[in-house]
Amino acid sequence: MFCQGKKASGGALMSKYHIYLNTERCIGCHACEVHCKTKNDLPVGPRLCRIIESEIKLIGGLPRQKFVFKTCFHCEDPKCVKACPTGAMQKRSKDGIVFVEQSLCDGCKACITACPWEIPQWNKETGKVVKCDYCKDRVDQGLEPACVTKCTTKALKFVTKHQEQKKEICELSHQ
Amino acid sequence: MKHTVFSTCGMCSVRCPIQVEVTDGRVTWIEGNPYVSGIERSLCARGSAGLSLLYDFERPQYPMIRTGERGSGQFRKATWDEAFAYIADAVSKIQAQYGKKSVALVDRGAGLFGEIQRCFLRAIGSPNYFNHDDFCRKNVDLAYQTLLGYVRSEVGYDFSNTRHMVFYGRNALESLGVREANNIIKGLTNGAKLTYIDVRATKTATKATKFFQIRPGSDYALNLALINVILRENLFDKDFVERFVTGLPELENFVKPYTPDWAEKETGIPAYEIINFARQLASDSPKVILYPGWFAARYMDAFYFVRSVIILNVLLGSIEQKGGLILAKTPKEVGVKGLNSLLERIPAPADKRVEAEEGKGFLYDGAGHILHLFRTIKKGKPYPVKALFVYRYDPFAGITHKDIKEILTGLELLVAIDTNYSATAWYADVILPESTYLERDDIIGMRRGAKPTLIMRRKAINPIYDTKARWEIFTGLAKACGAGEYMPYETIEDIWNYQLQDTGIKIEDFNKNGQVALCKDPVMYSRDELKFKTPSGKIEILSSKMTEREVPYFFDFQSPPKPDTQKGEFRLIFGRMAVHTQVQTHNNRYLNEILPENDLWINEEVAKKLNIKDGDIVEVSSNDYTGKIRAKVTPFIHPEAVFMYRGFENEVPLKTRSYGKGLNEGRLLKGAFEKMAYGSHTGALFECFVKVRKPQEVH
Repeated sequence: MFCQGKKASGGALMSKYHIYLNTERCIGCHACEVHCKTKNDLPVGPRLCRIIESEIKLIGGLPRQKFVFKTCFHCEDPKCVKACPTGAMQKRSKDGIVFVEQSLCDGCKACITACPWEIPQWNKETGKVVKCDYCKDRVDQGLEPACVTKCTTKALKFVTKHQEQKKEICELSHQ
Repeated sequence: MKHTVFSTCGMCSVRCPIQVEVTDGRVTWIEGNPYVSGIERSLCARGSAGLSLLYDFERPQYPMIRTGERGSGQFRKATWDEAFAYIADAVSKIQAQYGKKSVALVDRGAGLFGEIQRCFLRAIGSPNYFNHDDFCRKNVDLAYQTLLGYVRSEVGYDFSNTRHMVFYGRNALESLGVREANNIIKGLTNGAKLTYIDVRATKTATKATKFFQIRPGSDYALNLALINVILRENLFDKDFVERFVTGLPELENFVKPYTPDWAEKETGIPAYEIINFARQLASDSPKVILYPGWFAARYMDAFYFVRSVIILNVLLGSIEQKGGLILAKTPKEVGVKGLNSLLERIPAPADKRVEAEEGKGFLYDGAGHILHLFRTIKKGKPYPVKALFVYRYDPFAGITHKDIKEILTGLELLVAIDTNYSATAWYADVILPESTYLERDDIIGMRRGAKPTLIMRRKAINPIYDTKARWEIFTGLAKACGAGEYMPYETIEDIWNYQLQDTGIKIEDFNKNGQVALCKDPVMYSRDELKFKTPSGKIEILSSKMTEREVPYFFDFQSPPKPDTQKGEFRLIFGRMAVHTQVQTHNNRYLNEILPENDLWINEEVAKKLNIKDGDIVEVSSNDYTGKIRAKVTPFIHPEAVFMYRGFENEVPLKTRSYGKGLNEGRLLKGAFEKMAYGSHTGALFECFVKVRKPQEVH
């Protein structure tokens, strides 16, 4: 994924951020989901991030369960942005965060149809779309997204991919 | 305008330190207190969902007085003065007819801030204080008192520095405290072992380095065999035992028949595994923690089981030990004056609590046994108890309808004080709505430990509805009942100043980060300084407290009865999950969204024989109650047990999100009130069997 970002031309990159889940630390408590909902003042319905639990399996004679943190990938070439007829769905040029400008969203749901990952969510109270924007207001203040800041066991990490790191990682992955 | 307030979470009984952000009079952000290690902004799902409790309209918004039949849900709105006067009038009549002691109060447990409700009860002259601990931790409390002379909240666990932690059905990563979970994860990251013993694989089991799926009700058998091996193979800490322990020869004699081969038959755990486990514990000692449990009201032998856990810690020398169990120090021990007690300034009642008249053969402590209370209310013996105040606890949510009915019949006054529409409130004569923890100040509390710390809960905003803080409710009640002189407080500052008088600590000292530690560094005793709080100063296996109460020191293991699983009979086990607190949070919109209903774990082999498939709706019956629930078919539960998360199937229609959803384990606990644990008289809530079957098709 890093490499795709590097190869893309015209400055379209995947977000320079991503959220990493240390599954050894994760206890599947779903706190991140509530941290997100309270921060974004969401009604019941839209869920901008999710912990997906695997079934328990015996591994090496011990019960084990895996957790996946699912939120927006902030794609390099987001289908939701392309599909949006009003320009509400945007990608920030400075860091690649994909977000909805609420004042421009007219609730047509084109982005919901376009996204293969079911990321844009419907807020029935406002009649507009909401999605994860990595809490960009917090990021702009030098803080981390709500889910990461308050994660019960510090299992979530907000990772900034600097160009230098990307280069190293791409090189490593090619070795 | 934005400002922050340091306070204490109130979404469960762990009471994590928090920082609350208020913007233009509205709470906009809650996070864990960034200055407290092990918290550092972390918060669980319930902690964040405090916001949706605060702004929820499905909670009591003003005092209510019942107008219809009990349980009909018919109430009228009342003013506080009216409600207080109504209660005072009823209390005065009841006390005039049946005596001062005919009024009882039950709460969830005194906790950090719980002295104030006890002040009210004492002010009106009744000794009958009870808490829910009998359905929870009381066996741990009593077992620590008999052996070490300490109570449960005075023993801490150093998970982050341990080499080996052992949990018996204590699902620490789901029945969650933020700091504890982080310390456990830290310990594991540092290479500690985690042995997890339970009838099912919980999320804690999925982090374990060893998992024993034990036969339900046989944990005590496992421990007797562990003690047997440790003594027989001389694996115990001789220095520690010689210095501090009395009663070792009697213990040795008692455990002789309880060999690993014997325990294998009871527990299903192979004898060689038990021997290896004992040896491993010994090689990891003294940095071992065998956790004696939180909710320990499980089986009839629960008290003796918990004693066996503590005895194992003692034999392995893990008491007052880095990476082991660490004893709390009093303010005096760390060289300062502690808080002034609000309770002790009120004269103790002349009457004795109900169990003083119940004879001997069981232990008790500062709070009475709840099963005694309910029996007293039902039968009017040893004397009538006719008025019951229930503060922030919901007994009616977790017992059978028959028991609710019998208790109600015995009561002339039932007052429920809560932030929620509890099941108990639904049947109450008066509901007094308490402000949520984000809208109320509480008295100053002391978190016990090697570094005792004063804790404050401060309101972030003023109450949204016509609710009151706990201190206002109980001082108001005392005043209305003519006992205002004992609680002469007009403001919370009056209380704080009284508590802090002569301590050298001022209210402003809490502004910095919400807490005031009473010493700079944790205080720990070396073995040369160590002394226990029992009458002999030693760890008493032959406890003087038990001698005095005529309770046997040892208890022979009794093999638990086996349910007939072929006929769909199972032992009912229930427990907690990370997104809900007991019966309190299921209507919280954010938490309800994540987990709106429970399912029934059932073993796959047995399910197959009963033709139950994963996802099937099944009927669960106790003979007097039958409910439906979705089956979760899994190999990760013992065949003799079925399991469900607790607190579902709310029956209060005002809580629309959770109304009727899932199945309530409490309604299935037929006969639980007749089962009192040996030696401790606590509940034994895992001793009930239920029948499970696919619903009969109607043609």
